[in-house]
Formats: sequence, C-alpha cells, structure tokens
Amino acid sequence: MAKITLRKLAHTYEGSKEQALKPLNHVWEDGAAYALLGPSGCGKSTLLNIISGLLEPSEGQILFDDQDVTASGTVERNIAQVFQFPVVYDTMTVGENLAFPLKNRGMDQDKIEKRVTEIAKMIDLSEQLDSRASGLSADLQQKISLGRGMVREDVNAILFDEPLTVIDPAMKTDLRIQLKELHHEFGHTMIYVTHDQTEALTFADQVVVMNQGEVLQIGTPTELFERPAHTFVGHFIGSPGMNIVEGKLVNNHIIINDTLCNILSGYDDVDNAQIGIRPEYCALSASEGLPITINRVEDLGKHKVVRAIYEKSDINIILREGEEIEADMNHVVFDSEKIGIFKNDWRVEHD
Amino acid sequence: MTKPINQRAWFLVLPVLILVAFSAVIPLMTVVNYAFQDSFGNNEFFWVGFEWFEEILRSERVHDALGRQILFTLIILVIEIPLGVFVALHMPRKSGTWTSICLVLLALPLLIPWNVVGTIWQIFGRVDIGLLGYILSSLGFDYNYTQDSFDAWVTIIIMDVWHWTSLVVLLSYAGLRSIPDAYYQAAKIDQASRWSIFRHIELPKMKNVLLIAILLRFMDSFMIYTEPFVVTGGGPGNATTFLSIDLVKMAIGQFDLGPAAAFSIIYFLVILLVCWVFYTVMMNTGKVDG
Repeated sequence: MAKITLRKLAHTYEGSKEQALKPLNHVWEDGAAYALLGPSGCGKSTLLNIISGLLEPSEGQILFDDQDVTASGTVERNIAQVFQFPVVYDTMTVGENLAFPLKNRGMDQDKIEKRVTEIAKMIDLSEQLDSRASGLSADLQQKISLGRGMVREDVNAILFDEPLTVIDPAMKTDLRIQLKELHHEFGHTMIYVTHDQTEALTFADQVVVMNQGEVLQIGTPTELFERPAHTFVGHFIGSPGMNIVEGKLVNNHIIINDTLCNILSGYDDVDNAQIGIRPEYCALSASEGLPITINRVEDLGKHKVVRAIYEKSDINIILREGEEIEADMNHVVFDSEKIGIFKNDWRVEHD
Repeated sequence: MTKPINQRAWFLVLPVLILVAFSAVIPLMTVVNYAFQDSFGNNEFFWVGFEWFEEILRSERVHDALGRQILFTLIILVIEIPLGVFVALHMPRKSGTWTSICLVLLALPLLIPWNVVGTIWQIFGRVDIGLLGYILSSLGFDYNYTQDSFDAWVTIIIMDVWHWTSLVVLLSYAGLRSIPDAYYQAAKIDQASRWSIFRHIELPKMKNVLLIAILLRFMDSFMIYTEPFVVTGGGPGNATTFLSIDLVKMAIGQFDLGPAAAFSIIYFLVILLVCWVFYTVMMNTGKVDG
C-alpha cells in the first residue's frame, strides 16, 4: 500500500501536438477510493495508464510513498488494473485465470488455492471454477477480469478502467456494491475511471473531474454538486446540469441584460461573469426574475423538469413535488445562496 | 395461408450451373471416362473396369513419388509455419512506415509468377553463372543441384520457403493485429512471461488463421508442380519427381491416359480427404470457442 504523488505530471503522445494530459499535481491518499470522471477522450485513461506504469509520462514525476517510480514498470509498482473489455486467457479455466497473477509471482500452491476460492466466492463464480474461460459470456468474463485484478492482496493500488461497460445494468449495481465492500474490507487504494456520474458519485470518496486533458476539480460528490470549480463540472454533474447565463456583477448585484436578479455579498465586481445555478435551485414566478420562454415540461414522476430558454441560454428548472405551473409563470428566480459566479469558466471565490 | 409455388427462381441458378459444368464437372467426368477405359488409338475405347486403379495403387513408381511428396510437404510445413509465426511476432505491432515496408517486402515473393520463381532459383543456383551456386562452389562446397539429389532437395525446399513463408507471416500477422492492446497490458500487470504471452494470448488468438495457413500450405505444396519442374525437371533421376510431376510425365510424356486418369482421381480424392479433415477440425475448434 502506498500514497501516490503526481508532480507536474503531463503527457503528450508521440507525434501529437496537443497534450493528452495537462500538468497536474495531486496526492492520492493511501486507502481512499477515487473516481476519475470525464467524457470520452478527456485523458482519464491516459492518466490511469501512467499511474499503473503502462505508459511513461512525457513530463513530471510519479512517486509511490517517497520513491520515484516514473521509469518503473507495472511489476515494480505492484499495481492491479482491470480494463474496459474482458481480458481472459482462453487456454485456461476460470480458476487458472484467477490464479495466474499469483502463480507468476511464485506464490505457494496452497495459498493460491485458498485465495482463488475466496475471490471466486466473492465474484460469484465458484461453480464455474473448472470450466474453460473462453466459453463464458462477456459479463462473466469481465467478472473474471475483475477477480484477477483483486486476487493479489499486497498491491499498492487497484485501477479500474470503465470496468462495468459490458456488464448488464442489473448486475452493475451489485458489482459496484461488491467493489465498495471490498474497498472497506481490504483498504486498497482504488482509482475508478468512468464517464458515468452515478457510478463515480456512488463509488468514490473523492471524484476527479477531467475534461480535455485537464483536471478541473477534485472533491467529494457534495462539493462537486454544490460548489463546482468550473462551468464544465457544473454542467457535467447533475441531471440536468447547471444553468449558465452571461451577466455581470456590480456591487454584489447580479445584472443580466439590465435586469437585476439577485443580491449577493463579498464579491468583487466581475464584468463578463457567468452566473451558474442548478435547476434544483430555480423557481418559476409570474413577475419577478428573468423572463423566459418555456419550451416544454417533462414529467419524470418524482419531479418535473421545465425546459426553457433565456436569450440563447438553456435554462432548466426542476419543480419540486406538488409545485404547480400557472399559465402566467414566465419568469425564473434563482436562490441567492446557491448561485455560483464564474469568470472564463472558472469559479470566482468570495469573502 | 399458403404461398403460390413458383419455381422460376431456379433459372437464376442456371448461369452458375453452366459455369461450374464447363469449368469443373465436364473436365472431371472426361478424366473419369479415361480412367475406366483403354484405347489403342482411332478413337476406339474399351472398358477396363478398375484395372488402371489397381495398377496405380500397386505401382512402385507412384509409391515413391507419394513418399517424396509427403516428405516434401512435411518438411516445408515444419519449416514455414514456425518460421512464419516467428517473423510475424517480430514485426512492428503498430501501423507505420516500417510496417508498410515489411508488408510490401513480404508480399513480393507472393506476387511473382510461379514459373518465374522457378527460373530465378534455377539460375541463382547454377554453379557456372548463378550467384548462389557460384559462391558456394568457390567457397569449396561441393554444391550442384543438377547432379546431387540432396542439393536438389535443399534448393527446392529453400525456394519454397522463400516463396511461401510470407503467406504464413501475413496470415499470422493479421491474427496478431486483431489482439486488443488490453491483453498485452493485462499480461504485463499479471507479470506474465514472454512465453506465457505467446502461449496463452497470441497462439490461441492466431489459432484459426494458422489452421487456414496450414491448410493452404498443405494443399499448395501437395500439388506443387511448376517450380520444381522448372528448377530440376524432377531430377536428378527421379529425386525430385513429386506427384504432379510424375502425373504429367505419365499423361503427356508417355501418353498413358488411362493410368494417368486413374492417378488423377486418386490424387484428387487424397487431397479432398485431407481438406475435409482440416475443415472439420477447424469448424469444431470454432464451436468450442463459442
């Protein structure tokens, strides 16, 4: 087990001009569960492969505890990794597949058997231990991959690269809960890459949100929701995401196109501000606030989502249970407490 | 609800039937016709039953040719398949200039007409003017493929390896390229040895293309005619007279049409049998893999 430190880590793929991963400093605390969240192609798999040692970063350092492992391979780093698509050794049985990483490290036969039985029980494959891995369905094969990732007890970290892509939705939740239990039981550092916010928010203590090779925010699910550091985070997390409207901040007054919307406190003036507010903290009104055009109302059972437009910005409003829409409600008001002010997409802090 | 029966669709099959009839069935039946009859000219034929077949099956000359043929095919399979896999394993895995260069170089021997391949090696090996033969003999080796049967065999085997290993390489390489990177990465994480990677990842993924490679190389080498005919003409003596060469000698050289026809049919059946065995094996391994 180890604390993993990234120092000015960055990566540019050979022959590419753009940085796949922009300079990053971060410490992954020993024993924590992290999720790397971001859209496809945002560099999260690159970061994961750098941590596991499959890829050598073009800049910066990576440290395990106090030891520089930037140039070391995966074997020296003692890392387990599970990939997006199942990797099984066709020639082996399920049991042999699970035993393979242990056997390669020269563990005793008795210990191997004991450990394989444990893991098989955990991933619910005890009965298939002696059948050929190649004949199994994709989700069972992925379970084998997960099992192989978890079979070694002494690893420094276990990395998951979108491991539940091929698993069917009902089993996804089960497996996620199992992973979480496993984390509690053994306390391995776990880093879990995904583009699914539900998966990230339920799995991890800390979520790292990335976009276009850049880490935008690292925080708990609540922090990401309540205080996104970047408009992308606001937009990416939540369903629907945060509303962003252009405006300005003068003497703590939010003014959008000459309409005074809210009065805050502690901010400096911002000329080209982006006003961010979550749909959960918006309300419809007949007279106050911004005039909007309502396009449609989606009834999701538990709550209603109002899809509206102000100038060119989409505004979504979530109506709480029991709230009704009157015919003349064509304005929106924001909850001052929950407003975030952004400049050039980054959050503006206040006193 | 019953559909009206309409058999006119059969006309659509007609062109294929005609094509196959002229390209395969009719020529084959002509051969069958010869195989059961004898002729003394004047277009007069006599029914002889299975006499020619018995003669061929008992013929020592055919036995010898068959023995040489099996030995030859075995040797080239034993050399070309592992060599092809070995070369494919050492090709660059990612696409790039080097990969393209390798592929073009490898494809070159496959693009050369077979009799040209024969001519190239026939000249290459000549002791008086050939690059290979001249160098070998000036280095003091007693090399002469026209007089020594061992030298003739070595020349023909090297020629075949040069000509056809590329095919095995290309097929194996295609198989290797289809392996996702994640397999190699997982193997690294699992600390698998190079041999384990080959044994448990690469070989299983190449299995199907390798079976095809073996089948193709078996068929081609078992029917080999042009190249050894051009290089050695089946000699010295009968040392490199393989089945096809023997068959042509019998049919056209001696004009023994009856025995040659019977020979052809037996030859054909042997190849058909082996291919069927291969095909069955291939289909069944596919099933197990699911």
